[in-house]
Amino acid sequence: MALATRTPTKAPTPPAPGPPRRRPTTAAGRLWHSTVGKKAVMAVSGLIMLLYLVAHMIGNLKVFFGPDEMNGYAHWLRTIGEPALHHGWFLWIMRPVLLLALVAHAVAAYQLSRRDLAARPVGYAHRGRRSSYATHTMRWGGVIIGLFVIWHILDLTTGTVNPRGQAGHPYENIVASFQTWYGNVIYIVAMLAVGLHLRHGFAGAARTLGAGGRGRERAWTLAANGLALILTCGFLSVPVGVMTGLVD
Amino acid sequence: MNLTLRIWRQRGPEEPGAMTTYEVADVSPDMSFLEMLDTLNEELILRGEEPVAFDHDCREGICGACGVVINGEAHGPERTTTCQLHMRHFRDGDTIDVEPWRSAAFPVVKDLVVDRSAFDRVIGSGGYITAPTGSAPEAHATPVPKAAADTAFENAECIGCGACVAACPNGSAMLFTAAKVVHLNSLPQGGPERERRVLDMVDAMDAEGFGGCTHTGVCTTVCPKGIPLASIATLNREYLRATRKGAA
Ligand code: HEM
Ligand code: SF4
Ligand code: FES
Repeated sequence: MALATRTPTKAPTPPAPGPPRRRPTTAAGRLWHSTVGKKAVMAVSGLIMLLYLVAHMIGNLKVFFGPDEMNGYAHWLRTIGEPALHHGWFLWIMRPVLLLALVAHAVAAYQLSRRDLAARPVGYAHRGRRSSYATHTMRWGGVIIGLFVIWHILDLTTGTVNPRGQAGHPYENIVASFQTWYGNVIYIVAMLAVGLHLRHGFAGAARTLGAGGRGRERAWTLAANGLALILTCGFLSVPVGVMTGLVD
Repeated sequence: MNLTLRIWRQRGPEEPGAMTTYEVADVSPDMSFLEMLDTLNEELILRGEEPVAFDHDCREGICGACGVVINGEAHGPERTTTCQLHMRHFRDGDTIDVEPWRSAAFPVVKDLVVDRSAFDRVIGSGGYITAPTGSAPEAHATPVPKAAADTAFENAECIGCGACVAACPNGSAMLFTAAKVVHLNSLPQGGPERERRVLDMVDAMDAEGFGGCTHTGVCTTVCPKGIPLASIATLNREYLRATRKGAA
């Protein structure tokens, strides 16, 4: 490779030879302070949320077997771990884990995005093929998903914005929510965003964690597409079920 | 062929720049892109104007000095270096946009010339092996498995041209750094610095202000040497491994 043989002119100042950058000494500190490590935090927190989503989607399918099965399932969730855990504790252990994952994921996404934008301050005059499509979809999709999480909790967990909002009756609340046009629109948009997010994110996470080696790239891409499709269709089947009267 | 060129002209690092239009007549399809620019420059000099500054050295695709963005694509429409791009890939009457690499870490020095010394500093931070210098070592003293030799060679092909950074919407140097780390970390000769190399080179890459990887994959599609995306996965794996091992 050609070395810089040019005498630097006045302007492009290389980083000032000030005090050496202090390197974080703990593994966690080092991870958080490098672009590669922060991306690994995103990948792990994303995969934790993904595991939850898979379980959540499968659980949602209970809605097709009637109110008793759905409500019974919701009740059972609160008994997991008994008698070692008190009633409902399992959910309360899971919630901070998910919250932490979400916050770590979003903060890392924000910080890395700021850095990425600063690294390309001037664009090209010739606008051709857009290479940033996936990156934009991830950023905007992530924001949509984040807002949806708030809506979703207010809708079906606390019942605050649910037309029925009766604790202990998830089946009836779900049906009530999907009988409003806005309930359907918000949910469908968010699930499409989740699908697109995972389509790019899952294969990316494999590479971030070092798994996408030579010859395995295609397999990860296929897996990401399949996973995104299954999750999105599974989640969307519920509002579609209510809208078509299959679930009422 | 007669062509219209729109070229980024900028007198110095701190000066404002603009796309400026030139006509070049009688371009032979057998000329390289740089020879076509030489033709333009000859004419500019005869007219008493300032010739277009661009970097070049070997003109045979091995030094990595010559990159420019042609019609929005790093090194132009073919997967090769600008010096090896022939005018037969354009048509008579075409308008061609020529711009410098755009990245915060590669400031424009003049016209199409950017300062790529950030790459030199990344190399300096770990792109070497510890070996006694002097007489050449016996070739068979260190056995290298065929697969390792192939991986190392594939990655050693990187000529440090910077097209990956120029094409990446985040101005990320991950493909370049990955090529260097994977090249040396695959070989027994690179073993002694295996952990320090990857940590130091990623630190240096971050310190130069390059963005992070969002897995868009444009870097490999423009890389004239075909460095695969899988090298980024290997870089990430090596980085996480080194962090786990707590190398200082
Ligand atoms: C259920 C919720 C979510 C799941 C399952 C999820 C999953 C993932 C996964 C697996 C990745 C790949 C990590 C990597 O590239 O290494 C990722 C990347 C990303 N996520 Fe999320 N995520 C979720 C929510 C969010 C939210 C709320 C935001 C925004 C605040 C967000 C923004 C991003 C961004 C910007 C990326 C990087 C995209 C890229 O590589 O180009 N995500 N996500
Ligand atoms: S990885 Fe490819 S595009 Fe990037 S500097 Fe090396 S040769 Fe150029
Ligand atoms: S001038 Fe050396 S690679 Fe083009």
